[in-house]
Amino acid sequence: MSIYTLGIDIGSTASKCIMLADGKEIVAKSLIAVGAGTSGPQRAIDQVLQEAGKTREEMAFILATGYGRNSLEEFADDQMSELSCHGKGAGFLFPEVRTVIDIGGQDVKVMRVENGVMTNFQMNDKCAAGTGRFLDVMARVLEVDVENLGSLGAQSTKYVGISSTCTVFAESEVISQLSMGTDKRDIINGIHQSVASRVAGLAHRIGVQDQVVMTGGVAQNTGVVNALQEALGREIHTSPLTQYNGALGAALFAYQKYQKAQK
Amino acid sequence: MAKEVSPGVLALRKVVEDVYADAREAKKQGKLVGWSSSKFPCELAAAFDLDVMYPENQAAGIAANRDGEIMCQAAEDLGFDNDICGYARISLAYAAGKRASRKFDPETLEYVINPASGRPLKDENGKVVMGEDGKPVKDPKTMQPYTVLDDIHEIEALPETTEKEIAYKNFRREAIKPYRQMRIPQPDFVLCCNNICNCMTKWYENIARMCNVPLIMIDIPYNNTVEVHDTNVAYVRAQFDHAIKQLEELTGKKFDEKKFEEACKNANRTASAWLRVCDYLQYKPAPYSGFDLFNHMADVVTARGRVQAAEAFEQLEKDLAEAVKVGKTTTPFPEQYRVMFEGIPCWPKLPNLFKPLKEHGVNVTAVVYAPAFGFVYNNMDEMVRAYYKAPNSVCIEQGVSWREGICKDNKVDGVLVHYNRSCKPWSGYMAEMQRRFTADLGIPCAGFDGDQADPRNFNEAQYETRVQGLVEAMEANAEKKEG
Repeated sequence: MSIYTLGIDIGSTASKCIMLADGKEIVAKSLIAVGAGTSGPQRAIDQVLQEAGKTREEMAFILATGYGRNSLEEFADDQMSELSCHGKGAGFLFPEVRTVIDIGGQDVKVMRVENGVMTNFQMNDKCAAGTGRFLDVMARVLEVDVENLGSLGAQSTKYVGISSTCTVFAESEVISQLSMGTDKRDIINGIHQSVASRVAGLAHRIGVQDQVVMTGGVAQNTGVVNALQEALGREIHTSPLTQYNGALGAALFAYQKYQKAQK
Repeated sequence: MAKEVSPGVLALRKVVEDVYADAREAKKQGKLVGWSSSKFPCELAAAFDLDVMYPENQAAGIAANRDGEIMCQAAEDLGFDNDICGYARISLAYAAGKRASRKFDPETLEYVINPASGRPLKDENGKVVMGEDGKPVKDPKTMQPYTVLDDIHEIEALPETTEKEIAYKNFRREAIKPYRQMRIPQPDFVLCCNNICNCMTKWYENIARMCNVPLIMIDIPYNNTVEVHDTNVAYVRAQFDHAIKQLEELTGKKFDEKKFEEACKNANRTASAWLRVCDYLQYKPAPYSGFDLFNHMADVVTARGRVQAAEAFEQLEKDLAEAVKVGKTTTPFPEQYRVMFEGIPCWPKLPNLFKPLKEHGVNVTAVVYAPAFGFVYNNMDEMVRAYYKAPNSVCIEQGVSWREGICKDNKVDGVLVHYNRSCKPWSGYMAEMQRRFTADLGIPCAGFDGDQADPRNFNEAQYETRVQGLVEAMEANAEKKEG
């Protein structure tokens, strides 16, 4: 009989769940686009259990992660930081990974991973520049969907520099570029380079080693991924499961903790 | 049950209380009272029997008493930028006459209690008493008035014609927060040595101008080399000599060689005892926490030239020897991990800093203050060299060497770095230091954003994630070492 474990990642902007069988096979997953402090976590849990046709009682171990991890104290068996979980998830998807870059809703993390275990990390300071929130703000000003930023930025023909020091300053720069009639696609490309420059600075602090894997929602934006590849001078690997990576790591740790408890 | 406090700690507390009380008394008697930066050579002031207060220690106390924000904002209202050091902002606001005060009704002269203040009321079994609204009932004895900003110059300018006016004026004076750091005398002179930080120079120039008092300045430039060269010593030595002349003019007294030597002897004795106390953090588990050391810093800063400070540290050393013998510690949890805490703590947020460390069994067993304040010397030139070495005046090689030395000696598993928004020079080279710690010592490091005095620059959720990440990385590191 299979052992089921559940990983729940409650981020600042989304709630994600992954259910694993025997610590290796993904049985079900769910994603609700609202995070900590909302109905998102409960809805994501209900959805993943429903998709798998399982109940809470059938889960051998549940592990919560992300900024909202402490809000599930009664539901989950344990909690861990999203840093370790992202390292773990990336190690499962890419066994050769040494550097994980996760751009989340409100923070940026760069992790050193050895044999699938996070051994050191760097995070952004208080400033939201370079995070998913930064891209949300820019998309709103440009009146485009954040999901389309990657494809639009790819059509850019001209370099436009956008500040990477502050979201508010960058927003006013974008508005000023728009008022000068600059092509939105060039501005978007400039924004991607701005994010990449900020994140590359953080990555260099810890030292970038191959393989580099990017996780989190922003990894779906090919514009940011390409700009970051250029800034780091290295190939960056992504997975279709990028948004679920933290939850995947949590489910893997859940399985590990279950096994340890059985010994 | 009340926490047991050792005789050494009690003695150290009394030493600092006495420093403040002596300064207040000196002012009352019409004597000169100065303000000094923490690493100005106190031995020089001691040679003239001068009472001196320390704005850095004062600002830390004000911040720990949760009045950092209102004082920082007061300084910002005066035109000082939000980016300036929080200690400097608090001190500048204080120098300008601003005070954190308790709100009261001017008609009834009764304090206006803040309903959100106070600790939960507990019954005889120690259980929290719940109100009808389902929320914990507050213990009225612990409830406090709202905090407001007041100004001593405004108070002193108030009329004193009628009884009512006199009563109002006196009550307003009394309403200023009663803790010692909010009650230090205004300065008659200021002593500035910028070895501890370059911001000091402008900070003290501003105080001198605001209060119209003399400034005695000792400039110690940033040192690019580990060694202090003879030319640097000559430059600073000449300034020591000039400072002595200025102090002679200020006090109308001659430099008292005997008193100076006595202060030097005491300062050396204090520093040696301080270093030996710091060394007790090498024990595993440690008999106390580095957070305790932060508190004892007050003695090293304000009283290192006093024999009582040396005696108190020597007493603490005896207490610690006994604690090690019987296996006692002041750390209120079993020590699972040992870290170096890099930088000044976020004083307004000490409980928040401590909470996740306690939850994960992380003891702070190394702080850079140990080597930074443990300077011992035998003559004036050596004294110059000693004062040349402060955390922000030494090159990165020296800074790394200090820290890696205590990390090794005190057997730390990781480093927690406070990127202190108040201290750009200190925080600026931390990214490179972190890289070297990991490369040289093979230990993980985590950084968090905060501020030594301004609570607006600290985010608890961010801090907790970083501490948990560090703990998980230390755990992984330990497992890797065990194979």
